[in-house]
Amino acid sequence: MRILKLKSQNLYPFLAALANGAELWAPVKKQNKTAFLPLAAEEITTIDLEATRTLLPPKKLFLPPSFHMFQVTAEGYKEDLSWVKERLLFGIHPCDIHGLLTLDRIFTQNFPDSYYLQARQKTIILGLSCWPDEYCLCQSTHTDIIEEGYDLFFTKLEDEYLVWIGSSRGDDLVRMKPGFFEENLNEADIQKYIEWREKRAQAFQRRINYVFMPDLMELKYRDSLWEKAAAACLACGSCSMVCPTCNCYNVRDEILLAGKPGRRVREWDSCTLPEYSQVAGGENFREKKSARLKLWYTHKLQAFGSKYGKPSCVGCGRCLVTCPVGINVYSIASALEGKSTDAFWSRLHSEVKP
Amino acid sequence: MISEKNTQNNPFVPEPARIVRAYHLTQDVKFFQVRLVDMERALGFRYRPGQFAMVSVLGAGEAPFSISSPPSRPGLLEFCIRRVGTVTNALFRLKENSLIGLRGPYGNGFPVEAMQGKDIIIVVGGLGAAPLRSVLLYCLDNRDLFGRISVLYGAKRPAEMIFREEYFDLKKRGDLECHLAVDADDTGQWPENIGVVTTLFPKLKEVNAVNTYALVCGPPVMYKYVIRELIKLNIPKHQILMTLERRMKCGVGKCGHCAIDYIYTCLDGPVFTYWDVLHMRELI
Repeated sequence: MRILKLKSQNLYPFLAALANGAELWAPVKKQNKTAFLPLAAEEITTIDLEATRTLLPPKKLFLPPSFHMFQVTAEGYKEDLSWVKERLLFGIHPCDIHGLLTLDRIFTQNFPDSYYLQARQKTIILGLSCWPDEYCLCQSTHTDIIEEGYDLFFTKLEDEYLVWIGSSRGDDLVRMKPGFFEENLNEADIQKYIEWREKRAQAFQRRINYVFMPDLMELKYRDSLWEKAAAACLACGSCSMVCPTCNCYNVRDEILLAGKPGRRVREWDSCTLPEYSQVAGGENFREKKSARLKLWYTHKLQAFGSKYGKPSCVGCGRCLVTCPVGINVYSIASALEGKSTDAFWSRLHSEVKP
Repeated sequence: MISEKNTQNNPFVPEPARIVRAYHLTQDVKFFQVRLVDMERALGFRYRPGQFAMVSVLGAGEAPFSISSPPSRPGLLEFCIRRVGTVTNALFRLKENSLIGLRGPYGNGFPVEAMQGKDIIIVVGGLGAAPLRSVLLYCLDNRDLFGRISVLYGAKRPAEMIFREEYFDLKKRGDLECHLAVDADDTGQWPENIGVVTTLFPKLKEVNAVNTYALVCGPPVMYKYVIRELIKLNIPKHQILMTLERRMKCGVGKCGHCAIDYIYTCLDGPVFTYWDVLHMRELI
């Protein structure tokens, strides 16, 4: 691993040089919300370098909310990869990179998903350090630091960036503008980084006992907390839309119109939606909202498919800021830990007007 | 590393296949014989009894169906399909020689190697005959590899017992036990038992429990009662096998719909043991 130094004022010129070769996506502020958006070279200064979290996680670049898998003609199914482009993704934080590594476990093993794989391979990951706010749980989920999964990673220290080179491709990018980077870090740089790490570690305000969660999920499988949460849950699916590790999708064919090709469409789905586990004929294996919530939290806090290993929550905090009724990884984990009080649940209920 | 993975194989591409024969088994269940258009692929299509395939009807969609034919009879794939939704309705309208899409096989299938030398009890409820027909015919095609074979099959009414004639023929064979039952006989001419499938258990001749595999498939409501009988017979939990239905949109462990706790029916199933059921809780 090589670590270089980049003066703060050289960041935008460096990104502008990269943006000539591929579509650059970065967090941009739009009406109080931050979103990953494609930017033209002259728009680079609009990047929100201080963003804590974007509204949607970067999974939308690799698994678009809706895309065409195939053109369907009388001859059969023709693969459609027209949405897959060469891209640079800048400003992605450690939690979201961990989120992509989690999705990799599903989509690149056991029948690798060629759509996801191609989008991943064609996207250069330029990570950026961040500072936690009151909703960040990534320290608890051990995803606050990232050691792999990026081409370059930028850590902001006062007026300079330390730049980690994580891949051969990342190394090539740096060589495009060798004048911008300093090879040798001095003692003071290293000391600044150590202090930054220590200060950041102390800045987290919320904590869950993540390693305890698989056990607690098992022990409290029949706990009343699930019915209480289900009574408040709107089954709106927002938690899945904003979760960096929710991978579920639906597939449907769009009918052939005379002479025109139809398409097989793949779009985001959520296990909290009522018809998620319903089969043709009407049998619904998860008719109860509590059963659907349990599945969601099984994947976040217990295990993410035996084939795919550990639980998938990366502590990004998006469900904390998104769920309209306050059901999120923090409130459920607290309830599992026995910390939630009746007051919490009654507040949850009183705030919901069905 | 992601960068080294091969992206050329798209696991979602349906292969063109042709409906060779299609006819009604009951009013709402149809039997389909299908052959992959590529003859080499058709003959080289390897699968295990109990595996399933994703079948596409152009423009209507895709759905999972268990394969009803045994791998011991290569070339044609057979499916028994009940008309219940968009895809099956479109499939029922297709004439013989129509093109469909097919990909697979998927899922774990039955552990036929471990079952060798063992006695086999097959318990069928209604359309559960579709996946169990594959393993039953496989065992019969390799009769010497297995011990005693018994079949218990319950259907609602005589007209709803699919492959009725095949089972009546089985009764004539001397090398297996076959007991049939209907919940109600609306024909007045049903020669076999009347009652639910569990009423057939006392008819089983002596059972050597530790040496027996029990294979079960039927409507969700059936499992509890059948398993109770099998446990009474002392058949080990891990030798009670059942094949389950779930919603599936990919068949390859991606779309999430068939998740049960943290396993996937399409990868880890659809064949599960009774131990899995006790362990996973949501299975049945």
